[in-house]
Amino acid sequence: MSHMHEIKAKSMLADGIVRLDVECPKIARKRKAGQFVIVRAAEGAERIPLTICDADAEAGTIALIIQAVGSSSKRLCDLDEGESISDIAGPLGLPTRLDEVDGLCVCVGGGLGTAPLYPIAQALHEQGVELVSILGARSSELIILRDEFEAISDQLLIATDDGSEGHKGFVSEVLAQVIEERETAACVAIGPVLMMKACAEVTRPSGIPTIVSLNPIMVDGTGMCGGCRVSVGGDTKFACVDGPEFDGHEVDFDGLAQRLRTYQVASKHECRLPREQLPH
Amino acid sequence: MPDNNDRVPPGEGKPRREKLIPLSPKERMAIERQDMPEQEAEERRGNFSEVPFGYDDDLAQLEAKRCLECPSAPCIAGCPVGIDIPRFVAHVALADYAEAARTLKEASSLAAICGRVCPQEEQCEAVCVRGKTGEPVAIGRLERFVADWEREHPVDDPEPLPPTGKKVAIIGSGPSGLTAAGDLARKGHKVVIHEALHEPGGVLMYGIPEFRLPKSIVRSEIEAVKRLGADVEVNAVAGRLFTIPELLEEEGFDAVYIATGAGLPVFLNLPGENLIGVFSANEYLTRANLMSAWTYPYTDTPIIQSDRVAVIGAGNTAMDAARTALRLGADHVAIVYRRSRAEMPARIEEIEHAEQEGVEMRLLTNPIEYLGDEDGRLVGLRCVRMELGEPDSSGRRRPIPIEGSEHVYECDTAIVAVGTRPNPLIQSTTPDLLFDKWGRVMIDPETRHTASEGVFAGGDIVSGAATVIAAMGDGKSAARHIHAYLEGELDTAAIIQSIRDRTEE
Repeated sequence: MSHMHEIKAKSMLADGIVRLDVECPKIARKRKAGQFVIVRAAEGAERIPLTICDADAEAGTIALIIQAVGSSSKRLCDLDEGESISDIAGPLGLPTRLDEVDGLCVCVGGGLGTAPLYPIAQALHEQGVELVSILGARSSELIILRDEFEAISDQLLIATDDGSEGHKGFVSEVLAQVIEERETAACVAIGPVLMMKACAEVTRPSGIPTIVSLNPIMVDGTGMCGGCRVSVGGDTKFACVDGPEFDGHEVDFDGLAQRLRTYQVASKHECRLPREQLPH
Repeated sequence: MPDNNDRVPPGEGKPRREKLIPLSPKERMAIERQDMPEQEAEERRGNFSEVPFGYDDDLAQLEAKRCLECPSAPCIAGCPVGIDIPRFVAHVALADYAEAARTLKEASSLAAICGRVCPQEEQCEAVCVRGKTGEPVAIGRLERFVADWEREHPVDDPEPLPPTGKKVAIIGSGPSGLTAAGDLARKGHKVVIHEALHEPGGVLMYGIPEFRLPKSIVRSEIEAVKRLGADVEVNAVAGRLFTIPELLEEEGFDAVYIATGAGLPVFLNLPGENLIGVFSANEYLTRANLMSAWTYPYTDTPIIQSDRVAVIGAGNTAMDAARTALRLGADHVAIVYRRSRAEMPARIEEIEHAEQEGVEMRLLTNPIEYLGDEDGRLVGLRCVRMELGEPDSSGRRRPIPIEGSEHVYECDTAIVAVGTRPNPLIQSTTPDLLFDKWGRVMIDPETRHTASEGVFAGGDIVSGAATVIAAMGDGKSAARHIHAYLEGELDTAAIIQSIRDRTEE
């Protein structure tokens, strides 16, 4: 029923982190920095939101970066070149508003958040914005997209939890150093909720505009389920249609972190019927 | 509601019909309305199988023989899609199910669905002459019977007319879009349905639960629309992957029908609404239905396992959510509603089914705060009791809080089912369209044409939130006027002007 999306290239970026270049010509033409797709690997899989990390309009492919965390993301990671993804819907969400950056922009990526950060950094670079990029991970070998960031950044800084490369500690600590040393016009911080919260707190005192990109629980991605609701400046927003990018100084990160734990802390329904009794 | 002009006036253009059922009125009157066998409440709350089993041949024929075949046939005008009800019913009585099925198909592409989810008690059955002195003919149950028979014994689809060379884009594959698609394809137009989700059907797939409308039935009805020549593009998000101006200017479509529904959930904006365990009915039902979360872990999408559930609201969606929660194993489920039973918007049958299954009705109860524990999990709903005062703008008596009546309903799950709003994706990407202050597309009610040339709209995106059959009636009406438009018989300039004038009032 749907057009299958063939995987044209697959590469391992780090342990458990895969890049897929997937055939998706229309989205490849249409997408703008900051937008995402909802992907359903196959029949029975979850719909999961993934940032369009890069796109090649001529080849008709989009790049998705996936970490195997649940059964559906694992299904995606297990796909090989030549195999296909059943459903890709998008481009969803609002594109990044880029015209507001005048001066140095610090791009901070934590863990897999480096993937959604890349298209934004790339677009800023194409506009001629000077970039300092800070990438962080648990350890050196888990840093992804290093070469890509190297190519577009005026300065690339690394932070690792175990000190295996660069600053031993958090990216937010590196960010604090950078903004102290250099006049900073804007900051984009994408990664785990706690990291984004820490970065927003670092930039808050000096009032540096700080964009974060949220990845909350989402089902449809078109505004229908309300699962991605997040409190921004006291108003309830839907990350899928009002975001995914928001003003980091206005986001209720604690509420977001809480909702992200829904299926970890609440028990999940488990079907007790024998499989043959299920309808098709 | 669809415009009355669109209903087929009873008997018009046809010779006065002869009665087909060889029974006297007295004999017909002697037959009582036949119940439809269904699963026992205790059993069905443990499964997702359909609740009613449907009529068998004997019950169907007996029920059909109750029809008086009255000359006025008010039931036809009571049907938003104008099914020739006395004719199809008579063919059931005569056991000529194929002819009954053909009669349904003349007016409806989705009879198996309507037979299950239409509020017949407010439509065809409400005006049935037999209802004046007793119980009306069970038209809905008979429609369901015929449609189910037809799925097992397909009758030939009416031959579509030769291709006209015109292309129509339908946005949304819910009941309105599917109906319009079927009718336009029959006229020989090339129809492409654009669906945002990975599977077509709209609210029929994501909203209405399996036990009320089996998804296999929705799929087979969609296949029937496809057989008529309509194509379906899934994962096609209007306003993102494409815009309406692009469809008309770049992709060669001659007309567009917007039938995207009212998909955006409304929340109550009460403290604690972001606690773990608070869901919109849309999310809860989409997980359970479209994503088959009730079969987890056979499928990947999870849904919460609840012990005590509060469903806020009292429409059909609220009943669907409450009954789904029971089937997912909740110990106790309550409907929390600030008005009284008389104002509950759900169909009586749905309320009864819910009560039989053990759903508690906490009426005249208004939630004021969600309470959470230190982990951010919902543990209760603070409520206040209400009493009814004077009628408000909706004509319903306004609920007023009773002082000192605050109390807590302990629950780990709250499902908010207080309505939906139109999705803003189309609004923000189609400049010519005009919208009212609730975000609904403004149309000319006669033709369903919008303020944008060649663009029509219907279903919940126009009406707010109504029923499946009202959306289908809109689709039928739109198809007729889109056809007229494609034939060059619609004065769109005047229509567009009249809509613009309305916005200036």
